[in-house]
Amino acid sequence: MSQPIHFHPSSGFDQRSREAMNDLHLRRSFRGAMDFLQAKRRAQFTDANELSRLRDLGEAIRRHALANLPQLLEELESRLSRNGVQVHWAQTPEEARAIVLEIAKRKEAKSVVKGKSMVSEEIGLNHALEAAGIDALETDMGEYIVQLAGEAPSHIIMPAIHKTKQQIAELFAAKLPGVAYTENVDELIRIGREVLRKKFATADIGLSGVNFMVAETGTLFLVENEGNGRMCTTVPKVHIAITGIEKVVAKLDHVAILNTLLPRSATGQPVETYQNFISSPRKPGELDGPDEVHLILLDNGRTQAYGDVQLRATLQCIRCGACMNHCPVYARIGGHAYGTTYPGPIGAIISPHLLGLGATHRLATASTLCGACAEVCPVRIPITDLLVRLRNEAQAADADSSLRGAGESRKPLVSILFRAWALVYRYPTLYRLSTWLMSRGRAFMPGYQGAWTGIRTPLIPAKKRLRDLMAERQRTN
Amino acid sequence: MNARDSILARLRAAPAGDPAPLPDVAGWYAAMPRLDAAERLARFKAAIEASHAEVHETYRSLWPDLLLSIAEQKGLRRFLVGGTPEAALLRSRRGALDFIDYEHAGIDWRDEMFANVDASLTNARCALADTGSLVLWPDSREPRMMSLVPPVHFVLLDASAIHQHLYEAMNKEGWADGMPTNAVVISGPSKTADIQQTLAYGAHGPKEVVVLLCRENQE
Repeated sequence: MSQPIHFHPSSGFDQRSREAMNDLHLRRSFRGAMDFLQAKRRAQFTDANELSRLRDLGEAIRRHALANLPQLLEELESRLSRNGVQVHWAQTPEEARAIVLEIAKRKEAKSVVKGKSMVSEEIGLNHALEAAGIDALETDMGEYIVQLAGEAPSHIIMPAIHKTKQQIAELFAAKLPGVAYTENVDELIRIGREVLRKKFATADIGLSGVNFMVAETGTLFLVENEGNGRMCTTVPKVHIAITGIEKVVAKLDHVAILNTLLPRSATGQPVETYQNFISSPRKPGELDGPDEVHLILLDNGRTQAYGDVQLRATLQCIRCGACMNHCPVYARIGGHAYGTTYPGPIGAIISPHLLGLGATHRLATASTLCGACAEVCPVRIPITDLLVRLRNEAQAADADSSLRGAGESRKPLVSILFRAWALVYRYPTLYRLSTWLMSRGRAFMPGYQGAWTGIRTPLIPAKKRLRDLMAERQRTN
Repeated sequence: MNARDSILARLRAAPAGDPAPLPDVAGWYAAMPRLDAAERLARFKAAIEASHAEVHETYRSLWPDLLLSIAEQKGLRRFLVGGTPEAALLRSRRGALDFIDYEHAGIDWRDEMFANVDASLTNARCALADTGSLVLWPDSREPRMMSLVPPVHFVLLDASAIHQHLYEAMNKEGWADGMPTNAVVISGPSKTADIQQTLAYGAHGPKEVVVLLCRENQE
């Protein structure tokens, strides 16, 4: 069974982070994986100037696509329709699930094989399929492992990054009939291959995500290393692709540029094993490939991000995961602590649009604002600026914010304190007076100072202010 | 309003951002140093070998013998072939191979293909030097599963059909004017690093990719 979606990731975030911090195995898994991925990415981009110009171009392509988003979506839809691909639109996860279930019902489908798709996680599709009595099987090796363990992915590119090979060996031996314990990775992969081959051959529907959609040609572009994505989009009679509305680009050759950035940023490999361009269902005379290809375009809060010129940059994302691979917070607490489909820095900036700020405002605070994420982002999303913006939105006073759940983390005492702080810093006399009062009244500082005293000793002002010390020094000279 | 119109209406109602002109993709590639044919071939070979594919250089008239000897070495017998002249040529050779014709296999034969085929042979449309990639446009003569399901995939590549990069292939061959049902760019055998970042080959697709790089016949 797949995991239910967390609708309130903020609640329990602290608890989950603490648990992750105390889990030595998990810490080692993540640290090791992050060091590995960082080193591999670095080795791919040896020329800093070239990388900088390539990121400029990647950003320009994504910004061009977003600037023309409604027209490009219409062009994409009309091209795809002409090619014979059926295009569906969904505003919410419920609508998207209903579209998939409707197709499954019409085809009397009993089983679905799934290629890696974070959007299908976003809409909780496995749950809905299981509830309808349809087997939903993850076929990406990492996703398969995670599903077998009854967990959710902890990384958008490497879903089972939190697991050691010993844990996977135990899992296979426990869950797969006739499989003996082995830590040999080649053998474990061979076992997965054999199990899943049988499923590919018999499944009724193949489901996949999409990396980019090309408006100009009506093409769905998917990349992967394993071949399961090609299996899911080739072998079953029906292929359903699901993705966010922002994944469109204008021109076919834009894909060439973006795909020089994607694998190198994601896993530090020069290219993926398979770049799969799908433009239509099986044509007359062709001997394989699905008879029906469906594309589901999901909004789920993306139009909210789009509605704000600054926050729109969130939608430039090409889902490489480099921001999480370089995030000192993600490296320590791992993907599950976030409680959202998308963890790490990208999760902190996209989740508020999908789930509302009320449920997700804590995520933007899980950052040191060190800027590593923005520095490695292949399409130059100003992630730290967006984190600060979302922190402010979560404290916003009035209903002047257009974001769902804005102001939900506002606490009256905290906002009074900060307003007083702002006032004191505006007037030198007031500043002098209040520092004098604080240094003289230090005995009255409360022992409980909110989150600060949770793990630290209380803040107590110095006996003498800098001003006092300077005055003394001048006197003695 | 239906979902489509609501989504488009919300996007249209959004304020315009800074201008975002069409990016200069052509300029990016024009600024790259050009590789000549020999350099492209060398680059292709090195890159795809680094991705764990085998490359055997041969000549137009010699590849069937080469394939038969490699198949023998690897102990491959059951060969999936399509309806191409190359497949016909291979079948005309005497050898220890059993040929399975995709076209006459029928739908019940799918389980058989997943379980009991040793290898397949397809053509490559062209190749890409910078990433060491093979470009395939499967069609009715060489269906999509031929390059995906069998454990060993033999690919015939014309040595003169190696582009510098994907952009050049797209541009020179005019891809945007008419994409096929499925185009696939393959860079080595199927692989995964999903278990503790340990690389393993033969995840779901072919475990081995064998490129027969054919030059024009010697004079």
